Amino acid sequence: MTAAVLMPASVDEAVDMLNSSPGARILAGGTDYMVEVNYGHAKPKSVVSLRALDALRVWRRDGDTLELGSGIRFADIQTSELAKLVPALAQAARTIGSPQIRNAATIGGNVATASPAGDGLPVLFAMEAVVNVAGVHGRRALPINEFITGVKRTALGPGELIVSISVPVASGPQEFLKVGRRNAMVIALANLALIVDGDRRKVACALGSVGPTIIRCDEAEGLVARKVNWDRMRLDDPQVYQDFGELCANSARPINDHRATADYRRHAIAVLASRALMRTL
Amino acid sequence: MADLADKVVAGARTRPDGKVKVTGGFAVSSDLHMEDMLWGATLRSPHASARIVSIDVSKAELVPGIVAVMTSKDLPAKPTYGLLHADQPVLASDVVRFEGDPVAIVAGENLEACRRALRAIEVIYEVLDPVTDPELAEISPPVHPDGNLFRRVVITSGDPEIQGEIIVEGVYEVGMQDQAFLGPESGLAVPDGKGGIDLYVATQGPHQDHRQLAPCLGLEPEAVRVQVAGVGGAFGGREDFSVHPHACILALKTNRPVKMSYLRNESFVGHLHRHPARMRFRHHATRAGDLVKVEAQILLDGGAYASTSAFVASNAARFACGPYKVPNAHVVATCVRTNNHPCGAMRGFGAVQACFGHESQMDKLAAALDMDPLQLRLRNAMQTGDRLPTGQVVHVPAPVRECLEAAAAFPLPPTAVDNQDGYGLPGGAGRTADPSRVRRGVGFAVGFKNIAYAEGYNDDTRARCLLHQGRATITCAVAELGQGFVTISRQIAKAILGVDEIDLAPASTGLIGSAGSSAASRQTYMSGAAVERVCHEVAARAKQSFAQQHSIDPESLLVDGGFIVSKDGSIRIPIAHACPEPIEVEVYHMHPPTAPMDERTGQGDTDVSWLFGAQRAVVDVDLDLGLVRVVQITTGQDVGRALNPVSVVGQIEGGISQGMGLAVMEEVISVNGLVKNPSFTDYLIPTFADMPPVEVSFIEEPEAGAPFGAKGVGETPSLASTAAVAAAIRAATGLDLPRVPIRPEDIVFAASAKPLSAPQFT
Repeated sequence: MTAAVLMPASVDEAVDMLNSSPGARILAGGTDYMVEVNYGHAKPKSVVSLRALDALRVWRRDGDTLELGSGIRFADIQTSELAKLVPALAQAARTIGSPQIRNAATIGGNVATASPAGDGLPVLFAMEAVVNVAGVHGRRALPINEFITGVKRTALGPGELIVSISVPVASGPQEFLKVGRRNAMVIALANLALIVDGDRRKVACALGSVGPTIIRCDEAEGLVARKVNWDRMRLDDPQVYQDFGELCANSARPINDHRATADYRRHAIAVLASRALMRTL
Repeated sequence: MADLADKVVAGARTRPDGKVKVTGGFAVSSDLHMEDMLWGATLRSPHASARIVSIDVSKAELVPGIVAVMTSKDLPAKPTYGLLHADQPVLASDVVRFEGDPVAIVAGENLEACRRALRAIEVIYEVLDPVTDPELAEISPPVHPDGNLFRRVVITSGDPEIQGEIIVEGVYEVGMQDQAFLGPESGLAVPDGKGGIDLYVATQGPHQDHRQLAPCLGLEPEAVRVQVAGVGGAFGGREDFSVHPHACILALKTNRPVKMSYLRNESFVGHLHRHPARMRFRHHATRAGDLVKVEAQILLDGGAYASTSAFVASNAARFACGPYKVPNAHVVATCVRTNNHPCGAMRGFGAVQACFGHESQMDKLAAALDMDPLQLRLRNAMQTGDRLPTGQVVHVPAPVRECLEAAAAFPLPPTAVDNQDGYGLPGGAGRTADPSRVRRGVGFAVGFKNIAYAEGYNDDTRARCLLHQGRATITCAVAELGQGFVTISRQIAKAILGVDEIDLAPASTGLIGSAGSSAASRQTYMSGAAVERVCHEVAARAKQSFAQQHSIDPESLLVDGGFIVSKDGSIRIPIAHACPEPIEVEVYHMHPPTAPMDERTGQGDTDVSWLFGAQRAVVDVDLDLGLVRVVQITTGQDVGRALNPVSVVGQIEGGISQGMGLAVMEEVISVNGLVKNPSFTDYLIPTFADMPPVEVSFIEEPEAGAPFGAKGVGETPSLASTAAVAAAIRAATGLDLPRVPIRPEDIVFAASAKPLSAPQFT
């Protein structure tokens, strides 16, 4: 088997290549894709590798918004200045794979793979990230909950690639927690991101690995938003922690599989949610 | 002799292949390559049980690049193989008995062509209901013409009717563990141009491969040579064939070298696993805490083919009572055939499962007696001179008490703290822990097992030494799996012969007779002894030759630490320079004979020697999430004499990692005979972030007759660590947790857990 590996030097060239080689796959780290190739599940005729596209490796801050190049690797996120601007994302990054995986895997790849267990995704959902896409017809921006449409399915059109992901700079405490069966290098049985936005007086919570896509916990978020003493940034009623956990667990739609039972996953969400809330408010 | 043993230890070196292994330069068997080689690949059954209605390979033969497609009809000779009984088909003909039974093999110019060919083979199966519940195996239709019972071992000693004042009963289960070696099964078969073949393969025993291989190829034994290629871990998983017959048959058919190398998913069906076990124990004791009787029913699932199941069952039975004084015992261990994946050898070989049972019982008994679990163990600890339930007297050092006390003597670790990466608490990098909901637990366990083979299966080994021009060449067909024969053999030769230049010839059936398998903690014990003996013999010959050359009375000379010296002190010459002619000697070595068991009572002097090891595990458990952090493991291990202390520590840390893995995460999950997690994504083994600090005490009581007093150490550390970690989790949670691996669910939902099933006492 041979596949052409194309290495564009600019986003425009990448779009051209994708459009002139229909069926070409985008390689942005390859930590998921190469496993598929090795096992013969994916048989690409051509691959557009974004490795040399340095333009996708940068981030910039514009006021309260951060624009993260899609080629930024998790190793970059977990240690850099970014860790201060989006601490939950950095925490998620630290739980992903091994150091070798984090040195290759990119945030754009995490979004495009759209795995229900993708560790970066609950944070992006809770931050209401926007996915910036380039294609032959120009650029478009989609909220992440519209970009990811199902299990490993996205709204990315033929010939399109993710250029960047925009998220707000943290304006309050953030948490990311992940349950796995070992201390590192493990697929999440359940994960959760909790973002408290002090400026907008908003609480957002998103669950991973407990449904076909990431789940937002509207009811639980509403409960907390009502109960928070925003001036002091604290919860006065301790009952809220438990109620929040239960409401989040109610939002989960987990399945039974060889990794864990649905009951355990749901239970874990309740525990993670109240612990995350206790740490943040 | 003590001086010489000190010299051997003083000469301990780091592994010659250590650096390349760590830096990735070590050539493992999957790196084998020849310019004109073909690739081979295997088509396997997707069903746990099915009748093969038809196989059509015509489309596969047309795939570009494909050179050969073979099914059972094309086999050259004997169609079956097996370590003890040849019950496993080289290629399935009429039925498939497990998910993974090989059905067809192909050879092609590249792997992609092979994969296409596999997809183009049309097999029509009539799918049958698989037999997957081991408790129903004996009353189910035979999975194989040989029947569904591999072996039932009964051991009865003392008074079977006696009752203790205190009786505790428990049912326990051990899930299916995998060896999870990193280097997948690989080999390269090379036709020799004269009708014969050379197979380079990752294996534990080239000679046992050879013995099974020649009949399957229809070749005379001399026409087949098996050489050990770079092994990336084994742990019992390379005792049986993997690529061996397939690569050779394809190579003979195509008259070209054929390489086969499994990917990880095929590796999980390409080697055998550790037997899952269901066990029922009943312990009787006096009120004071002396064991009176142990009753045990152990059921092992051997899967589809026999392999070494009969001996695993025997081990489970012989070690079921633990390293304790047990005056009365009734133990039944049964191993059955099912349509599950076949199980065979894995580090600890039946004793691991038994240890989880008897140690769980000792804790249960301690609770019933309101006694400290460590004190109960110490009170009942076996000593040299005690009699096993088989009637055999333990004639070697049995430092059970010393092992336990050493493990207990290390200071307990400080309370865990959440470090920056969160690795200090349960949940690790996921940072899930709430310290107020974390509980600490401490557990002890001690286990034992025999060294080398047993029950009259008397194993032997051979070593040859050539001393010439100051250089020694040792030939001994030991498969180096990482256990350290490459250092031990050189240490021994250097201590005796005084030479620095020591070559170790490849482990090949073409160069020397069998050294037996690198298994059962036996290679230092057996082949180490052979190297010791052959070096002494070479030294004696050198002395003889020197005496002759110089017309000296040989009786006036001594061999002393690499020198030939005269008793009067006037002569002192290095052995290496004592003889201008090459000296070459080969020795044959066998341990003292063992005896079979009485079939009715299980009595017999079945074992050569035993190794003992105790561990203390400290764990932190998140009570709400059921996540476990193993904080520390301390161990006292009976080593006889540690000839290469760094190697011994390596064995201990590795064995503990494997035992801990079985306690909390390692399990091949099978549903109706189909494995759900054949990958390292889902078959989890401990990472660096899971492995706790290990504190080691060697208990050094040299065994007379063993080389320099050294016992085997390969299996000891994996015996008790599973039981110790489980005990610590029970101590932290107050839960029964009768099954390993312990899943988070088992802790969180313990109250609603279904009771386990195990055979009743008869």
